[in-house]
Amino acid sequence: MDMHGAFDALRNRAFERQTLRVLLALAMLLCIAAHLLLPIAPLREAHEIDPELANLLLVQLRLPRTLLVIGYGAALGVSGAALQATFANPLASPDISGASSGAALGAVIGGYWLGISQPLALAACGAAGALGTLGLLVGLAGRKADTATLLLAGLAISLAAGAATSLALSLAPSPFAFYDAFDWLMGSFTDRSLSQAAAALVPASFATALLLRRARALDLIGLGEDVAASLGLRPRRLSLEVIALSAVAVGACVSVAGAIGFVGLVAPLFARRISGGHPGKAMIPAAMIGAVLLTLADLAVRAVPLDRPIPVGVITALFGTPLFIWMVVTMRRRLTA
Amino acid sequence: MTSLQAIDIALDRRLQPTSIDVPSGQLVALVGPNGGGKTSLLRALARVELASGQVTVDGEDLDLAPEARRRRLLSFLPASREVTWPIAARDVIRLGLDRPDEDRIAELIALFELELLADRPVNHLSTGERARVLTARALASRPRILLLDEPLSNLDPYWVLRFFEIFETVAASGQSFLIALHDLAQLPRFDRALLIADGEVQMDEAPANLVVGECFGEIFRIREGADGDWEIRRPEGRRSSP
Repeated sequence: MDMHGAFDALRNRAFERQTLRVLLALAMLLCIAAHLLLPIAPLREAHEIDPELANLLLVQLRLPRTLLVIGYGAALGVSGAALQATFANPLASPDISGASSGAALGAVIGGYWLGISQPLALAACGAAGALGTLGLLVGLAGRKADTATLLLAGLAISLAAGAATSLALSLAPSPFAFYDAFDWLMGSFTDRSLSQAAAALVPASFATALLLRRARALDLIGLGEDVAASLGLRPRRLSLEVIALSAVAVGACVSVAGAIGFVGLVAPLFARRISGGHPGKAMIPAAMIGAVLLTLADLAVRAVPLDRPIPVGVITALFGTPLFIWMVVTMRRRLTA
Repeated sequence: MTSLQAIDIALDRRLQPTSIDVPSGQLVALVGPNGGGKTSLLRALARVELASGQVTVDGEDLDLAPEARRRRLLSFLPASREVTWPIAARDVIRLGLDRPDEDRIAELIALFELELLADRPVNHLSTGERARVLTARALASRPRILLLDEPLSNLDPYWVLRFFEIFETVAASGQSFLIALHDLAQLPRFDRALLIADGEVQMDEAPANLVVGECFGEIFRIREGADGDWEIRRPEGRRSSP
């Protein structure tokens, strides 16, 4: 290839990525609009009665839900990408690492045993739970664990946290705890208030913003911890920072809307196609993809004509599991090739 | 003029307190038996681990230099050639720069003959090809000193010779090299050689003087045979057969 051809190829690839970025942004806007307006019939009926009522419906009921869905999806995408960069493993993510299960456990203990009802305090319980499981994962598997160790340790922690959550619910002082918790444990955005949305989104945006500031450092970690350290970064401190911030972001969201799997695993995978494989630069597209995926899942849940709600986590798992299996298979093929 | 100066750098149980001076433009080889401390010395110099002591490049304390400045002072190429992420070779080289410089990237791609590989994900290249990309990354910011851990392993004969040509050209511009390697036949290409064993620099000589030293053969447990090849040195009075 001559020099000219090389530059052309470079320009084409850059153009392709730019197009993907624009398409992604458009998809996100479309999803936000659809999530706010669909189903449109109640809005139209309300508007016929009183335009003010339609407004109220939109701002008081629809908006918190939309914000929560977008914010949770984005937080999952960013923390998933950051955790994958830190563990140097495309399978590390809030769900596989057990952080989501830990956050659920934390929120259940806070809500049903400590009698906490203030949303922000519950978010702190969720964050503490996520931090606990991530700390346990680092303790069990180490920061540079191979894929098998990471998956096994994450699985063990998730199972233990899940069992502990069930136990905490069965033995909870309130006899309705189990039934009550089923509603949100698997992911639900129904009837969340603006203050609940704020309790999830304020800590999550704060943590996400801090994670995004580390994009360059996470790209350099991709060259190996030794190279990053020789450039003056502190890989150990960076990974503790990423773990703590991811725990806050995911924990706060889980405490309000339940543990939702696979979005944090899958969004970074697609995002790296836009970032040219860079693990740190993938965080922003991962946020957008996470938001789109979760919005679509919640739209699907709302579109199901049942009087009982289907948990959002069921939808993401339904689509995420085959993808996860595909990832495991391609990784195995690469390892044995 | 001294470029790299290390004073009493040490790593617990792996590196005894060591002081080294490397003048600018010098090609220094680092040899020693497995586990002798070659990598530990390079890691301590690159400040990968919090080694005690002080390392300065052109009089600037590395620990105090901010990231952008540090990559102009020093570059480190670890022995591992693993890259997890599907980053294009061109973008890996770009990570060696603190600001985009397409001309510099094109220059390095030409230097390492990476034109056909530049847009391929680096984790899909062969180990030798990846070694070229990662070395280009290390050279990108024109650091004053390059610490390379076995840069020549995995390379085919053409690229071993080509790497030496590149090192010599770069050194002629005043940048210096500290290169860990195992192949003793390459020693004559260096200005100076350090022998490190048991976490301590045992010899610091011109390459020609290094190999004839008595202590050299003892440490490596080899000796020069009658035909000029190296052979295994066995303890006196014991005729053991494998």
